Amino acid sequence: MIELSALWFWIVSVMVAIYVVMDGFDFGAGVLHLFVAKTNAERRQVLAAIGPLWDGNEVWLLASGGALFLSFPKVLASGFSGFYLAMWLVVWSLMLRGISIEFRSHVQDLLWRSFWDAAFAAASIALPILLGAALGNVLRGVPLDANGYFEMPLFTSFRTTNPVGILDWYTVLVGVFALVAITAHGALFLAWKSEGPVQDRSAALAAKLWTAVAVLWVIVGIGTDAVNPQVWLALPHRPLGWLFTMMALGGLAFVFYGHAQKRYLLAFLGSGTFLLGLLAATAACVYPVMLRSSLDRALDLTALNSSAAPHGLATGLKWWILGFPVAIGYIVLLFRIHRGKASAAGEGEGY
Amino acid sequence: MGDPLFWHRLQFAFTIIFHYLFPQLTMGLALLIVWLKWRGLKTGEPKYDDAARFWIRVFGINFAVGVVTGIPMEFQFGTNWARFSQFAGGVIGQTLGMEGLFAFFLESSCLGLLIWGEKKLGPRRHFYAALALWFGSWLSGYFITATNAFMQHPVGYTVGSNGALQLANFWAFVLNPWALAQYLHVMSAAVVTAAFVMAAVGAYWALKGLHGEQARINLRTGVVAGLVFSVLVAFPTGDQQGKQVAKYQPVALAAMEGRFESGPFAEINLIGQPNVSERKLDNPIRIPGVLSFIAYGSFSKDVKGLNDFPRDQWPTAIVLLYYAFHIMVGLGTLFIALMGLSTLMLWKGRLFTTRSLLWILMLAFPFPYIATTTGWMTAELGRQPWIIYGLMRTAEGSSATVHGGTAAFTLIGFTGLYFVLGLLFVFLVGREIAHGPAPLHNQEVAHD
Repeated sequence: MIELSALWFWIVSVMVAIYVVMDGFDFGAGVLHLFVAKTNAERRQVLAAIGPLWDGNEVWLLASGGALFLSFPKVLASGFSGFYLAMWLVVWSLMLRGISIEFRSHVQDLLWRSFWDAAFAAASIALPILLGAALGNVLRGVPLDANGYFEMPLFTSFRTTNPVGILDWYTVLVGVFALVAITAHGALFLAWKSEGPVQDRSAALAAKLWTAVAVLWVIVGIGTDAVNPQVWLALPHRPLGWLFTMMALGGLAFVFYGHAQKRYLLAFLGSGTFLLGLLAATAACVYPVMLRSSLDRALDLTALNSSAAPHGLATGLKWWILGFPVAIGYIVLLFRIHRGKASAAGEGEGY
Repeated sequence: MGDPLFWHRLQFAFTIIFHYLFPQLTMGLALLIVWLKWRGLKTGEPKYDDAARFWIRVFGINFAVGVVTGIPMEFQFGTNWARFSQFAGGVIGQTLGMEGLFAFFLESSCLGLLIWGEKKLGPRRHFYAALALWFGSWLSGYFITATNAFMQHPVGYTVGSNGALQLANFWAFVLNPWALAQYLHVMSAAVVTAAFVMAAVGAYWALKGLHGEQARINLRTGVVAGLVFSVLVAFPTGDQQGKQVAKYQPVALAAMEGRFESGPFAEINLIGQPNVSERKLDNPIRIPGVLSFIAYGSFSKDVKGLNDFPRDQWPTAIVLLYYAFHIMVGLGTLFIALMGLSTLMLWKGRLFTTRSLLWILMLAFPFPYIATTTGWMTAELGRQPWIIYGLMRTAEGSSATVHGGTAAFTLIGFTGLYFVLGLLFVFLVGREIAHGPAPLHNQEVAHD
């Protein structure tokens, strides 16, 4: 029983991490496209790179939500209702991002396209900040009461002590870190998939962004220690935490090596590994806590006290084992079909 | 204003009704596109591929709006219905999780191939992309219908020691008899919507004297599919659905018909106004025995009225439920008549020249949307006061920590957002219809 809930904790964590890596490069492309793509042809090159992929990438969010729903319904219920307004900001931004990609190509008009370009950028900037801040909240803790629920304003005094808001200095810091890391990730994706000026500009920005990522990583690490010392205290006792931290460091090394060698696919894989390792290491250090109570640690929602019943978890595991490789297969298939440099199709034949 | 439940319910009702305007066309068009691509592949005639290409463009816009308005639905389980999610997540999380893993990935992967891949893939593989999208969208439809069916008629669960529902029998839950009947009813209705839309575009072009052959393909396909599926919506699927309601939710059946007194030879009310405070139906026009027959297959069977049920079991909005049900049934009947007449005229070779009928077909397309909306209102209002029939009341399912004002705030946000989204959708689809169909080689010219 304990094994099943631990397994589902990891299934949910890994699916969320895959979501961040996959949709992360879409966000990154959205943040960057106003800067790295100046002309309509260049913008369409960026959209051609992510156009066939973004919708499938976003499905990872819905699929991880589904996995969380069936395995830890209490965590989903508490977290989603507690972060009510922030959740809707995420959803509205996701909606704006989706339609700005899909609607842009339908009308060949400068104003129409400029509008959707700006909307695409705005939504892509908001999303990593919000999702990063959400992770910050999970790490810092929320005022969970004895019923397992909490309510929080969007912000209070930006201090991390109660009464605390969804946005405080720490969660904003994590949000900014997420924005920079995701943008850096997207820069490498564009450096890999595009050519010409878009590639040159993306590669040049990637170098600066990744230096910022490395610096911010240290600052966020110190900040995390200030709001939740248990994360770092747990690390020495968590072999998986070590493994994933090494993975993140290794990924970072490949980012810089690949970038220096102009082998952008290698660098992009490195950045994906970095993000996966970082999130998985965090999961390993906070396990089994899923939502930390800032009122009383005994009120934490954990993988052990919030999971669904074993029969449901075991049943879900059976179809998940069938479905997960298929989902990975779609990614492989899509990347194969759209292999090589992305080039804008003729008007009316692509994004 | 002070009652949070009202705002939670209104937000869910508004966002689900708006959302479902799009998937019904997606699911229905997916089947009709498969049909057109199949005809193109079999006959080798480009006119079918031209027709499919036009509808795939509409499908793309429609699908995008369906996707973005679908995201809030997934989130609302947790944000607005937290206590329901905590109570039932161990069971309904299964179907929602499977929908993501098995249906959404398939749909999202094949969508780009269908919309942009015709040249790259060639005719056969492009047909397979259409087939995969049809399969994915109908699979998604099943998972979500099965989730709703559990709320209508819960099976395959036990109650755990913590008071929450647990999965007990996966196959009983997934193959809920309610889900099977409801699924076929909902899917047939989706094809009716798509058939009416297709016929309307064909009629519009025919009336304007545009795109002669394409107009005729759309009219033929829309009218014949419209007749076949309008009949399927009523019989056997609607009939089955009615018998399920009679069996498992007799109080909902009584409310749908505004029936207060019990008794044999129960009548169906063609018209009339439920008067809940005096417990009677005002000014009715009735046909005796038909309700007994619809519900139990015999004209003399006893059908219970609301008076035989405790007041706290009654659906909470009986008047609305009654009208929703009657609008659905009335429109469904008219659809069979309209499409039956149109098919007859098609068979006689006079459809394309009968302008009065073309006018009606052109203007009829909103009505299937109204019928599906009122159909879902019948299902959901009939389930009240329960969020899960007999297990949890709706009032117990909302998020306790979200205030009424907060929910009203996000509802206002949705209202504005969806108004703009609706305008954009109409603008873009209107443009496609104005452009008309485009042969493969000069799409660029057509979309300047």
